[in-house]
Amino acid sequence: MAEHHPLQTNNPVIRWVEVRLPIFSLLNDHLVVYPAPKNFNYWYNFGSILGIMLVLQIVTGIVLVMHYTSDASMAFDSVEHIMRDVNYGWLMRYMHANGASLFFLAVFIHMFRGLYYGSYKAPRELLWWFGIIIFLIMMATAFMGYVLPWGQMSFWGATVITNFFSAIPLVGDPIVTWLWGGFAVSGPTLQRFFSLHYLLPFVLVAIVFLHLWALHTTKSNNPLGIDPKGPQDTIPFHPYYTIKDIYGFAVFAILFAGFVFFAPNYLGHPDNYIPADPLVTPAHIVPEWYFLPFYAILRAVPDKLFGVILMFAAILILFVVPWLDTSKVRSATFRPVFKQLFWLFVIDCVILGIVGAYPPEGMWIIVGRAATIYYFGFFLILPIVGWFEKPKPIPESISAAVLAKSDGKKPTTAEEKG
Amino acid sequence: MRILSIALAAAAVIGLSSSVALAAGGPNAAQKPSGIEWTHSGPFGTFDRAAAQRGLVVYKEVCAGCHSLKYVAFRNLTGIGLNADEIKALAKEYDIADLDEDGEETDRPGKPSDYFPSPFANAKAAAAANGGALPPDLSLMIKARANGDNYVHALLTGYGDAPADFDVMEGLSYNPYFEGRQLAMTAPLSEDAVEFADGTPATVDQMAKDVVVFLAWAAEPTMEARKNLGVKVMIFLLIFTGLMYAVKRRVWADLH
Repeated sequence: MAEHHPLQTNNPVIRWVEVRLPIFSLLNDHLVVYPAPKNFNYWYNFGSILGIMLVLQIVTGIVLVMHYTSDASMAFDSVEHIMRDVNYGWLMRYMHANGASLFFLAVFIHMFRGLYYGSYKAPRELLWWFGIIIFLIMMATAFMGYVLPWGQMSFWGATVITNFFSAIPLVGDPIVTWLWGGFAVSGPTLQRFFSLHYLLPFVLVAIVFLHLWALHTTKSNNPLGIDPKGPQDTIPFHPYYTIKDIYGFAVFAILFAGFVFFAPNYLGHPDNYIPADPLVTPAHIVPEWYFLPFYAILRAVPDKLFGVILMFAAILILFVVPWLDTSKVRSATFRPVFKQLFWLFVIDCVILGIVGAYPPEGMWIIVGRAATIYYFGFFLILPIVGWFEKPKPIPESISAAVLAKSDGKKPTTAEEKG
Repeated sequence: MRILSIALAAAAVIGLSSSVALAAGGPNAAQKPSGIEWTHSGPFGTFDRAAAQRGLVVYKEVCAGCHSLKYVAFRNLTGIGLNADEIKALAKEYDIADLDEDGEETDRPGKPSDYFPSPFANAKAAAAANGGALPPDLSLMIKARANGDNYVHALLTGYGDAPADFDVMEGLSYNPYFEGRQLAMTAPLSEDAVEFADGTPATVDQMAKDVVVFLAWAAEPTMEARKNLGVKVMIFLLIFTGLMYAVKRRVWADLH
């Protein structure tokens, strides 16, 4: 099987640097020889896709900031200036706006994948936690970014979301005033959101490194959810997963380019092409699509404070999933009951997303409540499932399972090819 | 998998009823505009230059009475096929407020670098002259409404008499395509309201279509550049993806 070599080189420059700072061995250990399970499927591509998207968002964002103005009287105009007068400004803006959407699409798939294969279970709890923290910061960043064009949805979305905090007993209103920097969403709000929107992606980069550090410490989980038993179960990250990740990102990029070039406003809201007007409230204030499931949970209960608590709980509950799930088996592949509950949960999240797009009236209230109950029910039933579920037999090792799948073909080894 | 299939069926029912819910709506909800085949829609669509130029005439002679177009400069009109001389001549027709050499306020003839001037001095004056309703800027109108091009066309051609049981408020006009079905703008277009240099008969429908093409261009003058680059990027990505897939298979071939 492929070996995982430490860095060996005769290059004098590399050797000189290595003695002083072993950066080349660090890169070699983590990007080249890192032993990855040989059985990743394409759901495992989304981690690298997310990394590339984060870099892309930062790069396009930095370029946009060169032309954007965060003064409330000029923000909307400056975005139009970018769209009309800046060379390829439209490309930067559409990449950034649609990039945010696809970033969320990828992170949702990445999280569902982690849930399905039990990637949160010991010893990967901290890895999972860093992931949730990344998700929370992503949400804050995306929300504040959506405010920056200072259109109608920017303004009213900001008003609705910041108002959540007014639900806090006693100190709610002072907190909201403090967040706004005034008595309404206004110039100071826009300026501070801009400042934080620029700051948080770099915080994200730092936490991504912690996420990767934890990943490379515990090593990657895999679709079978069993630990590699030895070098025969792993392959070096490069070239096997570098090329697979490049291929995966290329497919993802086709979808991304499809939105950027041919439907750049499809995921946005037309009202955001109307300049912010504090005196005119849009008929329906809806957040971006990736917030809709949480928006539906918020509105599932008639009480504001309880709704806000429920909405935050919907994310915070992810932190305790490693302990809620009592099953010893990681991968849903071998968990017949969990597997069905999981797919129900995915459907449930989609339904919540649909509910979130509609005003809370008539049947949407009922559907929203039922979906919210299942959302939490899924997590709360996990301890019981782990107790009564009878898992299917688990393969002896990754290699054994891979060999069984390749149907008696003579296995070739990396030693043979040299 | 029984739980799963029940859930899928439930999801399908919800999906179906959501489309029903969309189709319904209140009694005064806006009527859905009918779809028109615009040359500028679709992945290869480009602006119909002749229509956009006719639309410019409609904007200039009709809409510009009340509506500004503040993000469009005369120089931008090369985008709908006007040449430098035509743009210079058009710009000169406008008086632009400026300061003279002594710093005194003055009006001077427009230059290609100027933007379409607003018909009113400020928003307050605009609202005051229009019964309190501010005529919105039209630069982004097509992007600022759902299904913008069909909507604006439907609105411009959709004026008519209100049904007997519908109370139109004082100073408003009935139009089923507007949310609430009544608005402050009276029917702006009438047969032969403008004369087209290319001899196209100026019917209300023709003028509405042409001004939509012009406004669609005004809302996104870079649309053609975007689609053009998009086609190239797509071709590149498809080839690149194919190559990467081939390389991936090659690299993985020595594993089982």
